[in-house]
Amino acid sequence: MQLSNQAPMMKRMKFRIRANKFAKFLFMLSAFFGLGVLAVLFYQVFSQGFQFINWQFLTGKLSTQPERAGIMGAILGTFWLMLVVAPVTMFLGVGTAIFLEMYAKKGRLVGLIQTNIANLAGVPSIVYGILGLTVFVRLLDLGSVVLAGGLTMSLLILPIVIVASQEAIRAIPSQMSEGSYGLGATKWQTIQRIILPAALPGILTGAILSLSRAIGETAPLVVIGIPALLIPFPGGILDRFTVLPMQIYYWTLDSSLVAEYANLASATIIVLLITLFMLNSSAIIIRNKFQKNY
Amino acid sequence: MVNGGFSKKDISIREVIDQNRKTQHIKRKIEKGIPVALFLVASVSIITTIGIIFTLLSETVEFFKRVPIADFFTGTVLKPLSQNPEFGVLPLLTGTIISSLIAMLVAAPIGLMAAIYLSEYASTRVRKVLKPMLELLAGIPTIVYGFFAFTFVTPVLKNLIPSLESTNILSPGIVMGVMIIPMIASLSEDAMSSVPQSMREGALGLGSTKLEVTRKVVIPAALSGIIASFVLGISRAIGETMIVTIASGSTKNFTFDVTQSMQTMTAYIVEVTGGDAPAGSTVYYSLYAVAMTLFAFTLLMNLLARYVSKKFREEY
Repeated sequence: MQLSNQAPMMKRMKFRIRANKFAKFLFMLSAFFGLGVLAVLFYQVFSQGFQFINWQFLTGKLSTQPERAGIMGAILGTFWLMLVVAPVTMFLGVGTAIFLEMYAKKGRLVGLIQTNIANLAGVPSIVYGILGLTVFVRLLDLGSVVLAGGLTMSLLILPIVIVASQEAIRAIPSQMSEGSYGLGATKWQTIQRIILPAALPGILTGAILSLSRAIGETAPLVVIGIPALLIPFPGGILDRFTVLPMQIYYWTLDSSLVAEYANLASATIIVLLITLFMLNSSAIIIRNKFQKNY
Repeated sequence: MVNGGFSKKDISIREVIDQNRKTQHIKRKIEKGIPVALFLVASVSIITTIGIIFTLLSETVEFFKRVPIADFFTGTVLKPLSQNPEFGVLPLLTGTIISSLIAMLVAAPIGLMAAIYLSEYASTRVRKVLKPMLELLAGIPTIVYGFFAFTFVTPVLKNLIPSLESTNILSPGIVMGVMIIPMIASLSEDAMSSVPQSMREGALGLGSTKLEVTRKVVIPAALSGIIASFVLGISRAIGETMIVTIASGSTKNFTFDVTQSMQTMTAYIVEVTGGDAPAGSTVYYSLYAVAMTLFAFTLLMNLLARYVSKKFREEY
């Protein structure tokens, strides 16, 4: 019997193997492309801004003169904003998650809330800004204060906290709650003493990650109307304020007029990135250290 | 509670039972009240949606009383602050669509190829390092990307294209693409990883190379998830604000020339709110009409993504 002609087959095979190798290289390049951009971004920002970070910059007031400007006001503003956002989202997010996972009967209502949360997660942040501007700033007449900004941010990150808390609660094996019921505990006692403590690491991880999203978010605050003016340090939740990303925004815009402002923006970006890095690391540490796999 | 009762000599069993009854009464009230309270908490998310739709809709209706709806959607001139203001949304729509298209031209191929590498080629060890790094990229605040586009990418591009304006739509489009890469990579990778291993092995057993397995088995099987990730990427690009606001400026050009400054819907919202438009003016209401258009676009995209991934999912 005549064997098939091997020469063209070998040739074809070589081509296929080569194509595979080339494609693999291309795919790898794509996977590392993002990291390359990240490296360039970090290099650019750090080389431009690092030398401007000093004690005066960190603790000083805003100033019209670039060399005397400080970001203490923005740091305090971010701090006060988080003081509103963290408790509000934790309360609303965890409460909603408990209701959906523990109380609500699986049916149309849960489906509706679930779909609604998924849709809310996809709404652009600037639309939340308009909601905040209309409801908190104008309708409730709070003005552009920490409370108004904090409530807007809370609504923005609420879907993330809800989903993370739901996943944390769902990961707890049912034997644990069954055991609790078997000993005569009521539902709320079981939630309080068994479910929530066990789900806490997961909930905290999700909450911290969503907080870091809120810290870096700019668009809703621009819409709410954070002034570019020099304002006194905020001392409470009813004071006007500015935050780190807003400062970066204004300084970047101004940099086309006065080049030094770009340096200030870079320095502020470094402070912001370090803050986010520390927050995210703490989230990962909590997850790795306290999360049990049942 | 019972333990506590036993330790004290002068309390009889009877009293312990009575005490328990009393606390049980309160407990029962708590047990009944908690679900109601939690339901109220859960309804906040529904109220948020209603709030968004209601505020946008009511002010948009007011806007369309002053500016005919046809003029808004077909007008090519947007001059909100001039003596004879014109409110055509087309300059904003083209700006938004063009910037999103540029972003997707960057993000779709690179994101998909990165996903293929992670799911099909990379070893477990490489994947374990690479995935969190990509997530890092997704965690960078958009304002930082905006700064990067304005102070780095635009000057670099200007060397290649001398006619590039200092604010243009090309640079923020590209940077937005970089921002979206991790999202597309991660969602597409999820879709590809859920293709059962036996299908790959069947094709490999017939003598296919990995590339052929990817092209003819994995991608067709994961197509619904991949397309859904693209659609979500577009939605994300349409809603992105800070990058385009900083790097593309506020010229309301009706053009298709990417080297020019164009304004997107989001950037318009920022400009109008930042300019303190007096409440009640037509400019003020135009804000809501544009926001409503933006909201409708992204909602449509998100629903489409969910529909695609559900309807065309291959079940194994």
